[in-house]
Amino acid sequence: MIDVNKVRADFPFFAATDLAYLDNSATSQNPKCVMDAEWQFYVDSNANPFRGIYELSERATSAYEHGRETVKDFIHAKSTKEIVFTRNASESLNLIAYSFAPMVLEEGDEILVSILEHHSNMLPWRMAAEKAGATVKYLEVDITGEVSAEMVAEALTPKTKIFAITQVSNIMGRENDIKTFAKLCHDNGTYIVCDGAQSVPHMPVDVQDLDVDFLAFSGHKMLSPMGIGVLYGKEEHLAAMPPFLTGGEMISTVSYDSMTYSELPHKFEAGTVNASGSVALEAAIKYIQSIGFEDIQARETMLCKRMLDGIKDIPHVTVLGSDKPEEHHGIITFKIDGVHPHDISAIFADNNVAVRAGHHCAQPLHICLGIPSTTRASVMFYNTEEEVDRFLDILSQIRGAMGYGD
Amino acid sequence: MAINAFYNEILTDHNLHPMHKYNLKDPNLILEGLNPSCGDDIVLQLKMDDNGVIVDGSYNGDGCAVSMASADMMLDLVIGKHKDEAKRLADIFVRMIKKEATEEEIEELEEAGSLRDISHMPSRVKCAVLGWHTMEELVDKEPIKNPGEHSGEAVSTE
Repeated sequence: MIDVNKVRADFPFFAATDLAYLDNSATSQNPKCVMDAEWQFYVDSNANPFRGIYELSERATSAYEHGRETVKDFIHAKSTKEIVFTRNASESLNLIAYSFAPMVLEEGDEILVSILEHHSNMLPWRMAAEKAGATVKYLEVDITGEVSAEMVAEALTPKTKIFAITQVSNIMGRENDIKTFAKLCHDNGTYIVCDGAQSVPHMPVDVQDLDVDFLAFSGHKMLSPMGIGVLYGKEEHLAAMPPFLTGGEMISTVSYDSMTYSELPHKFEAGTVNASGSVALEAAIKYIQSIGFEDIQARETMLCKRMLDGIKDIPHVTVLGSDKPEEHHGIITFKIDGVHPHDISAIFADNNVAVRAGHHCAQPLHICLGIPSTTRASVMFYNTEEEVDRFLDILSQIRGAMGYGD
Repeated sequence: MAINAFYNEILTDHNLHPMHKYNLKDPNLILEGLNPSCGDDIVLQLKMDDNGVIVDGSYNGDGCAVSMASADMMLDLVIGKHKDEAKRLADIFVRMIKKEATEEEIEELEEAGSLRDISHMPSRVKCAVLGWHTMEELVDKEPIKNPGEHSGEAVSTE
């Protein structure tokens, strides 16, 4: 079991504030070991990776590639060739939409996109569809956020070439059965692109077991600094894809009028890389592994249960997604009758609680549900019961503060 | 214990029981104020006579309490006034939020003066200013004969 006080002592952030930080789905805090790893890279390993033939540059290369190895093992990829470093999940998804989609899309084809998607796993597909003369079809959900295998099977058509879906919705917190969806897709000749931004930090993810074609996630949502992200792709796809960006490092030879590309994964990593980001991400993965997903999930479910139980006693508050705490993965999104989410979050802010208000980069989902915007509280294993209780105490007073009698 | 002093009774009352939130029967000036990132959306409707006096006004739309209440307070203040006077008051309102208005000026704003503390909440300033900015833009437009002619253009404070 997690000793939360011990865990919090690992995070300099908590020593510096008494803010109840409940916006972890937007970004997470970094433990000192991650900051130290990044700092240490600049102390003793900072040279441009892959460029110099002196020892320091080799050390930088080795540190960067060691991070890749750790990521590969963490998500159970077959080879480091399948791990491309990007800036974030958005860039990873754009890379697939720019590079992979034109290879497989023909005029009249369909891209199936779940309406749960963050704009990052929706807009790139709209662009790809437009370029190819294909259409985007949305897989709609209700307020429970559930996507069943039957719904997917029904939505797939012989024209569906790509299915873009998140493993865990950033609004609902609900996990999708990606393994089953992948099988349905592959039986239909459809590629499946999975957004792992909200799942990889919170649960074990095995890309071979899920059998997804692509998986994208961000380091900053899993205790790392901003600016490092990952694209996993099956080697056969990445090998066939043209580069996304061109420039330094991604080529092996360049003549006046021709060039040959580097080996995977460097073909997709043009320009000087984020080596310290890779080092920091590796430290974050090791930190997460030292705690263990079993304990992380147990604690996040416990905190969600405490929130849901408390909310049940507060009138006029409706939670989106499942009524089971274990199906929330740290994310509780809600609405309060008659109170706008920006007023809700402003009152929370005034009482030193950070929550997120708005459409959370999932505007079409809000349109689909007929709710203009929502408020989201999202926890990580380092949040405390006391923070949840503070949240509930303020939540129970918001309608009153806005002039309602009950 | 008050969990938020900013949302005082004046603000919540204007939000829950607005005086001017409805569609005017015969406006001759209509403009939408829209802040896409936060979703505040008001359609301001004014009736201005040939001398430039705002003889009536209303708004409709959706948004946070700050944007709605501020628009309601603004209309309380400017209905019956000449457009130049309305623009002068809007200028005071904006300066109040930048902490550049005098106490005497803020007093002229009547209830809208209660929004002065919004300056402590930088992310909400655009909400408070939306109705005022929309009015400033609208009063200098050419009045229309038929409200159906509303162009659909919108202004923003984002």
